[in-house]
Parts: sequence; C-alpha cells; structure tokens
Amino acid sequence: MSEVLVLVEHADGTPKKVTFELLAAAALLGEPAAVVTGGPGSGAGLVESLTAHGAQKIYLAESPDLEDYLVAPKAEVLAGLVADKAPAAVLLAATGEGKEIAGRLAVRTGSGFLTDVVDLTADGVGTQSIFGGGITVHSRVRAGTPIFAIRPNAFAPLEQAGAGVQENVEVTLSAAAKSARVVDRQVEAKGDRPELTEAQIVVSGGRGVGSADNFSLIEALADSLDAAVGASRAATDAGWYPHQHQVGQTGVTVSPQLYVAVGISGAIQHRAGMQTSKTIVVVNKDPEAPIFELADYGVVGDLFTVVPQLTDEITKRKS
Amino acid sequence: MKIVVLVKQVPDTWSDRKLREDDRTVDRDAADAVFNEMDEHGVEEALKLKEAHGGEVTVLSMGPERATETIRKALAMGADAAVHVSDEALHGSCAVGTSAALAAALRTLEFDVVIVGTEASDARVGALGAMLGERLEIPALTGARSVTIEGTTARIERQVDAGFQTVEADLPVVISVIEKINEPRYPSFKGIMAAKKKPVQTLSLADLGLEPSTVGLAGATTEVVDFAPRPPKQQGEIITDDGSGGVKLAEFLATQKII
Ligand SMILES: Cc1cc2nc3c(=O)[nH]c(=O)nc-3n(C[C@H](O)[C@H](O)[C@H](O)COP(=O)(O)OP(=O)(O)OC[C@H]3O[C@@H](n4cnc5c(N)ncnc54)[C@H](O)[C@@H]3O)c2cc1C
Ligand SMILES: Nc1ncnc2c1ncn2[C@@H]1O[C@H](COP(=O)(O)O)[C@@H](O)[C@H]1O
Repeated sequence: MSEVLVLVEHADGTPKKVTFELLAAAALLGEPAAVVTGGPGSGAGLVESLTAHGAQKIYLAESPDLEDYLVAPKAEVLAGLVADKAPAAVLLAATGEGKEIAGRLAVRTGSGFLTDVVDLTADGVGTQSIFGGGITVHSRVRAGTPIFAIRPNAFAPLEQAGAGVQENVEVTLSAAAKSARVVDRQVEAKGDRPELTEAQIVVSGGRGVGSADNFSLIEALADSLDAAVGASRAATDAGWYPHQHQVGQTGVTVSPQLYVAVGISGAIQHRAGMQTSKTIVVVNKDPEAPIFELADYGVVGDLFTVVPQLTDEITKRKS
Repeated sequence: MKIVVLVKQVPDTWSDRKLREDDRTVDRDAADAVFNEMDEHGVEEALKLKEAHGGEVTVLSMGPERATETIRKALAMGADAAVHVSDEALHGSCAVGTSAALAAALRTLEFDVVIVGTEASDARVGALGAMLGERLEIPALTGARSVTIEGTTARIERQVDAGFQTVEADLPVVISVIEKINEPRYPSFKGIMAAKKKPVQTLSLADLGLEPSTVGLAGATTEVVDFAPRPPKQQGEIITDDGSGGVKLAEFLATQKII
C-alpha cells in the first residue's frame, strides 16, 4: 500500500488534534505517514502520540529555517518527499497556512488540490460544502499527487497505534524558500481556552452583546462549558473582540459538537463559518432572526438575563 | 513604486449562488456580480502605498467580459491603468490554472509590489498569493493586517491564531491582505468620470503564450463529480423566555448529553 503524507501541525511540543484526524483520513487512502517540520529537536516529543494515533511512518524534518521563514520551506520539504516516496496523496489541515502550503505544493508537483474538505472516500473523492454551506460538492483531483486540505473536526481520530517507524529527512532549502523572514512573534493573551477551530464547543457573541466589556458574559458561559469563544464580524469590526475569533466567510470556519450563537442574527456570511456544527443553540431577542432557522434549540429573550442564568445552571449541574 | 493589485469579480454572497448543471462550474450569470470584498481592501492598500511612496497602480483581473465592471470600479477608486486577462478557454480554470495565467500576466508587467486578497469569496481557496510567490520565485507576505515599506524592504504584520508575526522580505514581493487592514474609499464622481478614460489592456492566452489545453476546464487539475443543494435543516424547539429560558436551555444541553 502506498504512503499518504500528513503534515503535522504542532504547538508547544504536542500535535494539534487535527493532525490525529488527518491520520485517520489518511488511513482511508493508504498508509499514514506523518511529516514533522520544525526547529531542531521539535520532533522527538511528538513521536509517541503520532504513533499511538496510527502513524506507520514518521518523517522528521528539522531545521531552524523551518521556523524562521514563512510557509515556503514546509512546501519544499513536502515536495521533496513527494518526489522521493511517490505517496498516494498529501493531507494538510485547512487552516490559512495549510491552504497556502497546499497551493505551493500543487504548483511545485504539478498536482491538483482541494481545500476545506469535510469528507473523503477511499477512491479519493472529497466532499466540500460551498456557498455558505448551501451546496454540497463531490470533487476529485485529476492531476499529479492529490492534495487535500481537510477541515478540523471532520474526522474522528484513530485510536489504533501504527508502527511509527522514524526517518530523518535532510532539509536543504532553496534561496527562494528563505525569502520571507519571520522577525518577531507577538502572542496575544490566549488563556486556557481551547483553540477555536479545534474546540468541541464554541460560544459566539454578536452585535447584541453590545460592548467589549459585555463579552465577559460570553467568556463566562464559554468557561462553564470548556468552550472556545467566537464572535460575529459586527463584534470584531467594533473592536469588542479580537479578529482571530471571527467566525464566518472572512473569519474561521468551525464545526464543533455544539455552537452557541448569542446576539447574532445569522447572516449568510456568518453561517458560512458555522453551518456544519452538529448542534446549534441560539439566544436572540428577535424571533425573526434568521439564525433560528438553524437552531436545534432556541430561546427568544434578552441575552443579559438568559446567558447569566444559563451559565449558573451549567455550573450548578456540573458541580 | 510600481504596484499591481489583483481584483476578482465574484457572485454576491448575499444572492442565491449556484453551480451550472452543464459543466459544474460557478454560474456567474445566476447571481449579482460584485467586487470581491478583500480586493477592495487590496486596492485601498495599493493606493495608500502610492500616496506614501509615489509611483503607479495597475489593476490586474482575470475573468469574463463582465469583469470590466470590477476593473472600472478599481480605476474609479484611483488606480492608474488595468490589464484584463480574458479568453473563452479560461472558463472553468482551477486554482492552479488561474495562478498560471495570472503569473504569466504579471511577467508582462513591471512591479515592486503585487497585492492580492487573502481569499476570494466564491471558491475560498485562499492560496493565490502563495502560489504566485511560488511561480514567480519571489517572497509572499501573506495574511497582512498592516504593511510598511522602507527602502527595498517590505514588512507586514501577519495575523496568526495566537497573535501576530512580523514578517519581512526584500522587494519585489507579493502581499496578501485581510479585510481588517483598512477602510476602502468610495469612488468619487470625479474618479468615476476619470476611470472611463484610463487605459485597459486586454490579454488573451495567445498574448500570454499559454496553451489553451493547460488552463480552463480542459486543463483543470480538479473536477466536480456531482453536487446537490444541502437539505434544509429541521428546525428544533424555539421557546420564548419566561424568566427560566437559561435553565431550559441547560436542560436541553443535558438531554443532548452535552453537559
Ligand atoms: C463579503 C462579506 C463577508 C462577511 N464575512 C463575515 C464573517 O466572516 N463573519 C460574520 O459574522 N459576518 C460577516 N459578514 C457580515 C454579515 O453580513 C453580518 O453583517 C454580520 O454577521 C452581523 O453580525 P451580528 O449578527 O452580530 O449583528 P446583527 O446582524 O446586527 O445582529 C445582532 C443580533 O443581536 C440580537 N440582539 C440585540 N440585542 C440583544 C439582546 N439584548 N439579547 C438578545 N439578542 C439581542 C438582534 O436581535 C440581532 O439579531 C460579511 C459580510 C460581507 C459582505
Ligand atoms: N481571476 C482572478 N483575477 C484576479 N485576481 C484573482 C483571481 N482569482 C483570485 N484572485 C486574487 O487572489 C486572491 C485570493 O483568491 P483565492 O486564492 O482564489 O481565494 C483574491 O482575493 C484576488 O485578489
């Protein structure tokens, strides 16, 4: 069986959840082979959990260049592996960076790529949800080595160990790959909340929340549920919550088990980012708000009374 | 400074967007056609760079005849000239084909900076900036929420999950912008009148030296097998708050085994 390369996303010494999901997707197409890219020594700590989640092979590509330059070096490492190993496919996470790497790799290898894939069959047909979730499309790659950028939360991780055979990959990069230099990194307070795209539960606030201070209500509800915090564009445009948390067409796409929409009307561009959530609940004072069309449960009411009550009740039930 | 800004005409996200039954490509006649929102921010950023550093702004767009509406709007905002890549054989191009055609068009132009949007709202591929960097072998500074140029160095703040990175490169560069970067200006009446006289050069595949079989539907690296509208969601229970809405919502979450 051919290998299927999976680009590992990792932070703080652990693979992100989406990587385990990609390994599960890779197992549908062939033998999952994880590709770790990072600074020297960054791979060792990842091997055990990658193996536990089904990696048959683990390629370790380590070099300071992989952290110091933007995106292109990772595409170059993958292109090298595609040439050497002739994999059946390459899988990446459909994050901003993952899509860029997919595009670069496609150009380099003369391949086609599909982005925002939410399902995949053994014969390489990917499912995508387009136009704000209005249409479901099945597509296939017809050139080169198929490349799929897959949405977080689309696959359940495999709890079956692989062989985890390690192989070091020598990293020699072209000058072109080392042209965009990362000169500084600013971490904006992230706290203990789960990452938005990976979270099982997302609580989002919109214009109805009314101010930056009032977002503490949304955060309190999120914390009672161990959830990530999202926001509509109206809320991020107003500067009430950072843009990184924007859900929708021009923000991130989430697909959690539970999405809680508070004070959000449900414009098509917002739905584009949350439509595929498993369960959707809504708090909005306007019974005509289109977001109710998506609701599995909805409360027509004032968020300033409903949300604190909900937070208290959840906290009570959990203790 | 020579700046090229890419703009795409897309089906309006507010209208009912469709795929064509015959060849399964985006139905560009079914919906209203508008300026891809992020590209308006791209044009604004290009004009700001021109205001700060002098030079000229050229608009580049690939699309059918109708895309001239979008090109004229960019000219009305203040861009100086435009190049329209238009050829029947480009219909149905995939992202790889589009990047090949636009890279070929860029090779006919002089530039220090190429500005694109981070993502087009129709296909939402979000990779063109990076792909142009790859093809032209120049740095791509992607996901910019701010841009500064000093001498021959371009610097952006790139938004990432947990904050932002500062990324630098030597000119010439490709820069992709997010919509929070600026507030696009509205074309003035004078701008609209002036735009009518600004030069728009049309380039065909032959002008670009590209074989029709390598782009468009014929050369597409991906294909749509089939598609269907998503079935409407069955609406759940909606209650009106009577003072216990929060408790009832918690009960619902409990019955779903979420809490
Ligand atoms: C190209 C393009 C891209 C876009 N991308 C995005 C995107 O990525 N994400 C996004 O979210 N939007 C996006 N938008 C914007 C989108 O069209 C909407 O404008 C936006 O989603 C509205 O945000 P909102 O629902 O918070 O605000 P509103 O539409 O103003 O809704 C606020 C809601 O809060 C309710 N409310 C008010 N007060 C209370 C209260 N006390 N208690 C309970 N409910 C209350 C109101 O009834 C109302 O339904 C985009 C638009 C365009 C054109
Ligand atoms: N046909 C096109 N003509 C001009 N620019 C385009 C075209 N397609 C994409 N772009 C540019 O590339 C950006 C990202 O598009 P995409 O990678 O397709 O999501 C857009 O915001 C545009 O600036």
